[in-house]
Amino acid sequence: MRDGFSKYARRLAPGVLILLAGCAGDYPQIMTQPVSEWGQIQIDIWALVTWWTVPILVIVIGVLAFILVRFRERPGGPEPKHVYGSTKIEVIWTVIPAIIVLIIAIPTIQAIFALQEEVPEDALVVEAIGHQWWWEFRYPEEGIITANQFYVPVGRPVALMLRSNDVIHSFWIPRLGGKRDVNPVVRTPEGVEPMHLNHIVLTVDSAGEYLGQCAEFCGTSHAIMRMMAVAVEPEEYDAWVEAMTVPEEPEADLAQVGHDIFMRSTCIACHAIEGTRAQGRLGPDLTMMGDRFSIGAGLMANTEENMTEWLLHAPELKKGILMPGARVEAGGMPPTALSREDARAVAAYLASLRLPDPLVPAPTAPAADPPAGAEREPAAGEREPLPMGPEPESD
Amino acid sequence: MNAEAHAAHPAHSHPPTATGLDNLKLGFWVFLGSETLFFGTFIATYMIYVGRSLEGPYPHEILDIPLTTVSTFILLMSSLAMVLALNAVQKDNRRGALLWLMMTAGLGSIFLGFQAYEFTHFYNEGLTLQSSIFGTTFFILTGFHGIHVTVGVIWLMILWLQTYAGRIRSADALKVEIAGLYWHFVDIVWIVIFMLVYLMQEG
Amino acid sequence: MPTTETTRSTSRSVGAVLWDWLTTVDHKKIGILYGATALVFFVLGGVEAMLIRWQLSRPEAAFIDPDLYNQLFTMHGVTMVFLVGMPIAVAFFNYLIPLQIGARDVAFPRLNAFSYWVFLFGGIFMYTSVFAGIAPDGGWFGYANLSLREYSPGPNMDFYALGLQILGIGSIAGGVNFITTIINLRAPGMKFMRMPLFTWMAFVTSFIIITALPVLAVALFMLTFDRFWDTHFFNVMAGGDPVLWQHLFWLFGHPEVYILILPAFGIASEVIPTFSRKPLFGYAIMVFSGVLIGFISWGVWGHHMFTTGMGPIADAFFTISTMIIAIPTGVKVFNWLATMWGGAIRFTTAMLFAVAMVALFTIGGISGMMHAASPADLQQHDTYFVVAHFHYVLIGGLLMGVFAGFYYWYPKVSGRFMSEKLGKWHFWTFFIGFNAVFFPMHWVGLFGMPRRIYTYAEELNLGALNLFMSAMSLFMVVGTMFFIWNLVRSWRKGEPAVANPWGGSTLEWSTTSPPPDFNFAELPVVRSRNPLWDNPEDYDERVHTEPAGGVHMPNPSFWPLITAFGSAITLILFMTHIWWMPLVGLAITAVATINWAFEPAG
Repeated sequence: MRDGFSKYARRLAPGVLILLAGCAGDYPQIMTQPVSEWGQIQIDIWALVTWWTVPILVIVIGVLAFILVRFRERPGGPEPKHVYGSTKIEVIWTVIPAIIVLIIAIPTIQAIFALQEEVPEDALVVEAIGHQWWWEFRYPEEGIITANQFYVPVGRPVALMLRSNDVIHSFWIPRLGGKRDVNPVVRTPEGVEPMHLNHIVLTVDSAGEYLGQCAEFCGTSHAIMRMMAVAVEPEEYDAWVEAMTVPEEPEADLAQVGHDIFMRSTCIACHAIEGTRAQGRLGPDLTMMGDRFSIGAGLMANTEENMTEWLLHAPELKKGILMPGARVEAGGMPPTALSREDARAVAAYLASLRLPDPLVPAPTAPAADPPAGAEREPAAGEREPLPMGPEPESD
Repeated sequence: MNAEAHAAHPAHSHPPTATGLDNLKLGFWVFLGSETLFFGTFIATYMIYVGRSLEGPYPHEILDIPLTTVSTFILLMSSLAMVLALNAVQKDNRRGALLWLMMTAGLGSIFLGFQAYEFTHFYNEGLTLQSSIFGTTFFILTGFHGIHVTVGVIWLMILWLQTYAGRIRSADALKVEIAGLYWHFVDIVWIVIFMLVYLMQEG
Repeated sequence: MPTTETTRSTSRSVGAVLWDWLTTVDHKKIGILYGATALVFFVLGGVEAMLIRWQLSRPEAAFIDPDLYNQLFTMHGVTMVFLVGMPIAVAFFNYLIPLQIGARDVAFPRLNAFSYWVFLFGGIFMYTSVFAGIAPDGGWFGYANLSLREYSPGPNMDFYALGLQILGIGSIAGGVNFITTIINLRAPGMKFMRMPLFTWMAFVTSFIIITALPVLAVALFMLTFDRFWDTHFFNVMAGGDPVLWQHLFWLFGHPEVYILILPAFGIASEVIPTFSRKPLFGYAIMVFSGVLIGFISWGVWGHHMFTTGMGPIADAFFTISTMIIAIPTGVKVFNWLATMWGGAIRFTTAMLFAVAMVALFTIGGISGMMHAASPADLQQHDTYFVVAHFHYVLIGGLLMGVFAGFYYWYPKVSGRFMSEKLGKWHFWTFFIGFNAVFFPMHWVGLFGMPRRIYTYAEELNLGALNLFMSAMSLFMVVGTMFFIWNLVRSWRKGEPAVANPWGGSTLEWSTTSPPPDFNFAELPVVRSRNPLWDNPEDYDERVHTEPAGGVHMPNPSFWPLITAFGSAITLILFMTHIWWMPLVGLAITAVATINWAFEPAG
């Protein structure tokens, strides 16, 4: 019954939704168009409840409207008959909702259990760690750490292991499916209380970039705790893994200058870039920063100009964060004292940390459409191709 | 029925109530219902955190069951004294009332003395509010209970003074009865705490 | 102190009037105080809401600083729940319960005054923080461990922990008072199953208050100890579990929802029969469904925590219990419809609001069913879909009911009608504004906008809808202005009202408008559920004609005010971080309590 129904609901629910909204548009965080079975189950249940309950609403409003028209006081009308109740009617309108509840409850409970999947053997394990206010993603088997944007292969189960480094967050990428809280690790005599460490197991069906954000209020800049899942074809995913584990080399002069500034300033106390001496773990990992969808966990577009501003004024642009600005201290850390030129150079360096584009070189025609997931244009238009710089020293 | 109600409460000029119960008594029962949830929540919290302490001293190392059995017994006896005090007031037995009210308050104070000793001792052993989750939940639970006992003792002392001044007679027995309700409630809460915290400890 | 003989003096000095209100133990005056104070907070909470809407009118807007925004949405929630929703219900309880059951006052008039003063001091305390710019900023739900000192170092959440504690004291005292009043002070013949439905809902609500508020009190104590003395209730490093806070908060928090909505159900159940000129359909079912809702409200708290990770069995349990609670709630809606069916409906403003309440609450109920289903809630939780839902329940349900109650009982309280013309303006602007703001909000949620964010990304494509909602919220402001102007203007200039201006069936309409201080000269004798319809001959002017010897009423007292001040200041002084300072407040409380206890009640 459930299957037949859900097919029906699947086809209709989004259509009706858009119809009712009266405006079709592109909503990157829409919850009714999931790209995983995990998310689809949730929306099917929503559709199920909707189909069974909205008619009740329509009936109630309809009857109410009828009553208001039909039984309005009329001059000289008869005195209304005093009716005190009717057991029969009361039974009817208690039992019918009860039956509807039952009809809804059975598939709902099946769905609840279906959503609590154990981690399968072949799953890609990704630890998603909440911080105030950014996301850290660790791939323990691949040895990759990244932040705010993470790659997953299409068609393979992904196990997102959620935990928080500080307060409670909630992991929510609507197109992938519903949210689960990202709870802090509770210490117990046995080590760690595993009860509240949630995980999500899902398989992404189609490639694309999916926006999400923290969905549990977590302090000052809770609104700017966004993230992006990039779902790519398996071979592209493998290429991404490879790229992430190979040291980066700045290409341009300015980028080289920026590299040197980055490596000798306090940046590296908190930030890590794979293959360099920067191995700080307090802040977001910056490997392949040039390919991120944003700066500051969704604060602004990832352009060199924005990055320069960010490096100079981070605490003013995003309140409450630990990263100091050029003149302003933050989180007990002194100002970086970077000049605008320094910041521009560092921005150029960070922008140069890019994945190969396309991730997997097309075998025949290089002009072919870039695969999904790698289709982002270079973020900064003003970045000029410069001759290859000297190899960076990672001392 | 009206006449009876009036006869039973000549000092109260309220009109007779719908149920025949005195307002104050009924209201106090309702209040105790609320208090039950209050202590219930603290006790539930304690139980949830049993065995979750990361650092000692742990309950089994520090809770002294024989000692607390004595103090529990004393608090139980104070309930008995409370019953006798009410009985004496109802019979207009002023001397008895004075004796048993004093006895109740005195036994309550001894219980508090035990608790003060226990707290000091635990503190010296390294169990503090901040030492572990056990310290936190134990001191807060028993501390709130102790505050309730303290309020009860003060209440009883006031009643004693009033009785001494001759202002509480059998007609005012309700005042003592309500204090008694409170006292027995606090006593029962302690028995629950004693069982769950002291006798059924794990880890 | 002499016994007050109850006569209305006509000309008194300002000081005497002030003293009268400060020391009053009259349930009617206290009811008015509650109502007036709650309306002031309603305006403040509304201003906060408008500032929120201003900030959200554009994506990536920077009108309001994030820290301030967090204070605004926190205080909007705290205000509307604790300083408006509950006290406004209590205002109606105070004024109406004794009148509806045929009593001269509540069981404990001085405790009643105490409850009010505690509420006032608690409210003032919380709003001190707002005007000082250090208001609570961790959400009205104050989730640990964000609310601990480590992550909220300022005094903000201290105001939350201590302020709500103060408000809780007053609520519990009020609950005890109303339960005792309803059980003990019913007039002869006023059996439980003859009580007006409003009183019944007040009765159920009071039980929820005395059982739910202690749970909050304990949670707040734990938070206070964690914040002030570094205890470990919610400290993960020492084995404390923040999820415990969630359980305790929602264990209180969901019954709280029914504390807010049941009084509005009660109001609708009075207004609809009167203006349909038909008795309530299925009285007994209405009573039992209310009682059942009260009971089940204790078993649904987990539906606030489906995303927390309670495991499938708990999720399934709370899904089912939440869906079950919809059944008695639905039955209430059907019975209201049946009450109107076949009636002679008069579209007074009160009736319009009551009918709107039935319709809008149903919308909120239906969306409630949607996130009762845990799988669907995984998406909807903490999005604007939920915000839309509970505003339909709380504005569409509670506030529409309360507005209906204001228009319905205003003539009883003031002796004058509120203007029907202004009332219609109030209704239509507010009704249209409300729906225009909150109906699109369902889609804003479905399109992926989370709650409690001070800004949203442009690419979410939600700017237009948000701007529309923000603009439409101005209609609600206009509606509220009509309402307040109507309240103020009608107090002196409204059409005079007779004892039973609407042709109501319950006892409060048997006495004058406004009622004499003693309510009833002789306690009325009740012979049916709708006494004024079934036995009108029983209730002539003897009901309110003062007998020659006067009516003995409780003495006014100053001590409830002082005791309330002492209790509030005891908690407030914790803010000083000087351990003995609260003892000062305790001393005031003790002195006042003893004086209270030894003062003749009259």
